Amino acid sequence: MDAQFFAMGGYAFFVWFSYGLSAIVLLANAFLPARKEKMLLNRIAQRVHGTKENS
Amino acid sequence: MNLPFHKYGSPKYFYSWSLMLSPWLIGFCVLLFAVGLYTGLFVAPADYQQGESFRIIYVHVPAAWMSLFIYVVMASAAASGLIWHVKLGDMIARASAPLGAWFTFLALVTGSLWGKPMWGTYWVWDARLTSELILLFLYLGYIALQGAIDDRRVAARAGAIVALVGTVNLPIIHYSVEWWNTLHQGPTVSKLDAPSIAPSMLMPLLIMAVAYTVYFVVVMFARTRCEILEFERNAAWVKERALEKGVV
Repeated sequence: MDAQFFAMGGYAFFVWFSYGLSAIVLLANAFLPARKEKMLLNRIAQRVHGTKENS
Repeated sequence: MNLPFHKYGSPKYFYSWSLMLSPWLIGFCVLLFAVGLYTGLFVAPADYQQGESFRIIYVHVPAAWMSLFIYVVMASAAASGLIWHVKLGDMIARASAPLGAWFTFLALVTGSLWGKPMWGTYWVWDARLTSELILLFLYLGYIALQGAIDDRRVAARAGAIVALVGTVNLPIIHYSVEWWNTLHQGPTVSKLDAPSIAPSMLMPLLIMAVAYTVYFVVVMFARTRCEILEFERNAAWVKERALEKGVV
């Protein structure tokens, strides 16, 4: 990889903007549901635990 | 009827088999992205007309294909919920819509970033671009409808009708470059005779398209699991699983 590669024949802005934006959107959409799933499991566990203690 | 898909299509079984399958799919997906990006950025030669800018094709075309494919998945899943009351169908439709919207957004933005250097403009109100923009609004409409209606079953039914009516837009998008005059190039890959693209340029495109599809399946599975946890939170098996995996 060298400067010539990153220059993309003068189209660097258009090419890297496209790839960068795609990477950000795909990575964010991959990690958010994984985090949400953990959060939901924790919340349900806490609720179930709470009702057990009360009864 | 005791068909196998009845069992594997229940939220409970979907939850466990999708979870089991995910690590394999993620590994496959990462591999495909690595090979697709490497061949697309390093191996494929520059285009004789468009130079290096044509490399945008490897993030633009897969995103555009996914925007249509996910709509088909969403509408079919929503239809199965509407017609046969398949609960998982409604959940898959709800889980797919935001992903479809994001891929449509990416197709539009990467397309305009390709259009500026090649056509001299970021945007033109022609049939292909306008119908793709309408697709984005269909996704957003579906998402807004799900958020606006509190009763889940009513929301699913209304969403399914919107999704099904919206399918008329799909052939319009696909054939728009043939039916109307446009700056957008015609089909190069799906032509019935030989595709008018060199194999060394086509291969990375196909690999990226499979990578995007596997990515969608993995993320849609995870989003559907979240839907299941939210809407089956009172089911015994969900509580058990949460006590097992959750941090109290």
